[in-house]
Amino acid sequence: MEVPLNAQYIRNMMMGAHLIHDHIVHFYHLSALDWVDLVSALKADAKAASSLAQKLSPWERNSVTEFKAAQERLRALVNSGQLGVYASGYWGHPAMKLSPEVNLLAATHYLQALEYQREINKVVAILGSKTPHIQNLAVGGVANPINPESQSTLSIEKLLHVKELIDKVGDFVENVYLIDVAAVGAFYADWTKYGAGVTNYLSVPDMPLDTKGEVFELPGGYIPGGDLGKFKPIKGFRDEMFRTSIKESIKHAWYNGDWDRHPWEEETVPKYTDFQENGKYSWVKSPTFGGQPAQVGPLANVLCMYAAGHQPTVKYANRALELVSSLAGVKVGIEALHSTIGRHAARAVRCATLYQSLKRQWQLLMDNLAKGDYQTYNQPVFPKGVQQGFGFHEAPRGTLSHWVVIEDGKIKNYQAIVPSTWNAAPRNDKDALGPYESALIGTPVADPEKPLEVLRTVHSFDPCLACAIHLLDREKHEIKRLKVL
Amino acid sequence: MTTDDFKGIKARLGDISRRDFMRYCSIMAGALGLSTGLAPRIAQAIADPKRRPPVIWLHGQECTGCTETLLRPSHPSLDSLILDIISLDYHETLCAGAGQQAEASLAQSMRENAGKYVLIIEGAIPVKDNGIYCKIGGKTFLSLVEEVAAQAGAIIAIGSCAAWGGIPSAHPNPTGATSAPEVLKGKTVVTLPGCPPNPYNLLSTVVHVLSFGKLPKLDSLGRPTFAYGRLIHENCERRPHFDAGRFAEKFGDEGHRLGYCLYKLGCKGPVTHANCPEIQFNDLGGGTWPVGTGHPCFGCAEKGVGFTIPMFTQVEVLSPTPFARQAPIIPERPVPVSPITAALAGGALGLAIGASAVALRKLKDSPDDPDHPVKED
Repeated sequence: MEVPLNAQYIRNMMMGAHLIHDHIVHFYHLSALDWVDLVSALKADAKAASSLAQKLSPWERNSVTEFKAAQERLRALVNSGQLGVYASGYWGHPAMKLSPEVNLLAATHYLQALEYQREINKVVAILGSKTPHIQNLAVGGVANPINPESQSTLSIEKLLHVKELIDKVGDFVENVYLIDVAAVGAFYADWTKYGAGVTNYLSVPDMPLDTKGEVFELPGGYIPGGDLGKFKPIKGFRDEMFRTSIKESIKHAWYNGDWDRHPWEEETVPKYTDFQENGKYSWVKSPTFGGQPAQVGPLANVLCMYAAGHQPTVKYANRALELVSSLAGVKVGIEALHSTIGRHAARAVRCATLYQSLKRQWQLLMDNLAKGDYQTYNQPVFPKGVQQGFGFHEAPRGTLSHWVVIEDGKIKNYQAIVPSTWNAAPRNDKDALGPYESALIGTPVADPEKPLEVLRTVHSFDPCLACAIHLLDREKHEIKRLKVL
Repeated sequence: MTTDDFKGIKARLGDISRRDFMRYCSIMAGALGLSTGLAPRIAQAIADPKRRPPVIWLHGQECTGCTETLLRPSHPSLDSLILDIISLDYHETLCAGAGQQAEASLAQSMRENAGKYVLIIEGAIPVKDNGIYCKIGGKTFLSLVEEVAAQAGAIIAIGSCAAWGGIPSAHPNPTGATSAPEVLKGKTVVTLPGCPPNPYNLLSTVVHVLSFGKLPKLDSLGRPTFAYGRLIHENCERRPHFDAGRFAEKFGDEGHRLGYCLYKLGCKGPVTHANCPEIQFNDLGGGTWPVGTGHPCFGCAEKGVGFTIPMFTQVEVLSPTPFARQAPIIPERPVPVSPITAALAGGALGLAIGASAVALRKLKDSPDDPDHPVKED
């Protein structure tokens, strides 16, 4: 069935705004403190920090006043003696390398970023009723009526609000987020050597631009073995390579049996065994693409879009790499992205690219409305008999696909293969390691009591769940458990 | 509040004017359903230089959407909440440390604040097979909840999963997902259902406790009446269309495009207790909530409705008020309003009712089509 153009644009805008929010929050609030020492920021010269920030970016809120205010808030927190969620941080850890001024710069942006993620979320809420958990999607379109002659619809006032918010947050993404990531990347340039792991990259096209869902704003595809020259595009919802290449194994997962199946043939019957080093040890199934484990997420997406020649991606990736190169004093190329820090860089590049897409989708919607097309919904017709289908989306954490078998209008089988399933996968049917597992090999750990470096790599994937990593010292037979949150 | 008190606030909340601060306290009082005259008391509680109350937040079977929702409010924002108002001592998503460092924070807070900390539970608790379907740091979530709840000063179950089971408990409930009040029988558990609940319902509950030293008034299911005391249907902006019998029949039809009532599309507002229409979402106003957008409420906050009754299935109106039955269809027609007719409306009420009764009788067989206005006699 076809989805009206207005509905595609509305969906695309919600998607873009949500992704931008998610990437900002992941970097600043869920992973920056792996690299940034908040307590060290108290020692910073706020003036020097502000002037450094102003050299890096024309952003207007890099003032001494803003930096001092952030420093005072941190000081008040520390002086209160109640550090709350910050009590468990790795302050003063030997792997923390930033100067007090850079730490203060990042800490100030940590606080400011909370405002901008809130603003871009309003775009999602204006279109989707609320966020989290939007309520406007319908099979066949969206539930937003458009009628310029009525009060209770997606009005011009709301659309203008959306535009204002997009531009405000776009400024933050281009002039703060992208630059901060490049700066942190340059100061931690040694982290381009660690954490590559699985370099088969999978991503799907997204933001459909036509009613049939055959043309997309953002390309996707598959890159085997990190070789961008071998990029194979995934063309759309009828793509045969995508439909036939995915399987999931439960050899090492807590489900009954031992099989490797296409999602339409799967079942989900739990069988818990507790941790078995060579047996079952995870709730996560192990998906493969063409028989190989694959990494998904912003890095996979950016590499695929770069390989496909997607111009905004190429522009922002080059801009970020040039900034890193000039700060680090060495030439840093696209190959540096196959790394822990590269995943952060790619997320920021994707975020900036999405800002351009978001602006474009808004304009496409306005242009289409100007033609007098107000349609937002087509009534679906569900066919009889057995139907198999799938849908996909390039979600914040990567490729998401849902696989369904419907028999006479009722769901017979439903399997969701979510992004973190790809990345957090245990070993597969051939015992090949999943992306988290393989990315940790070779990671230096300065203090085994506080393995911050392990967190850095696992957090760089943006896990959608809490997961456990068991550190095992084979000589002392001492097991440490590291919960990655 | 003395000037010194306010200086303390300025030091803690950053650059805020006294007026802005008092307005924020008034909004908070309003959200709690209290007289804004109580704002100074709220201000006092927030200004108190004593220790920020410790909060321990546990995650079970959930999607972290309830945590995510705390990123959205502006009064207060998340940074004000955790830097200035409470001390969030343990929270798996937000804590800077992980593993043993995070667990040490939890143990320390429980030890230092025994009997005083607020426990917030997000997510259902799987009890089947001794709780093996959710383990944190080697412990089952079931045992963790029991252990942390034993010494809590107050317990809040945030979200439908913790409040009544939510999605994880949907049929066939393979893991035995159970709500916090069921697991913690005999303890008072404040429940804030919703998927997720409006963040201001949590913030208001917390500030109520801080300001008045006691829990807000709760209904028999543990829900604060300031947020869950009425049905969505009772405060819905589209209620007049329901009373007048004007309904959207499918997305994008004429009625949908005129903002009519969504009851026939399966709206669960008539059986769901929540304050969505009053406070709406994401600080936007202007109809930013599901019904305001054009999507029927699916009853995410109500046990036995959300994730239970199919989304587009019509429900019977719970406790109908007069007019809350489907009225005969009254198509819209333009009514010129002048100062004179407005002034007359009050005096001529009896006449007006009589006239519309006549109109109603005549309308019974007329088509439900606003493009065909009714002929006037």
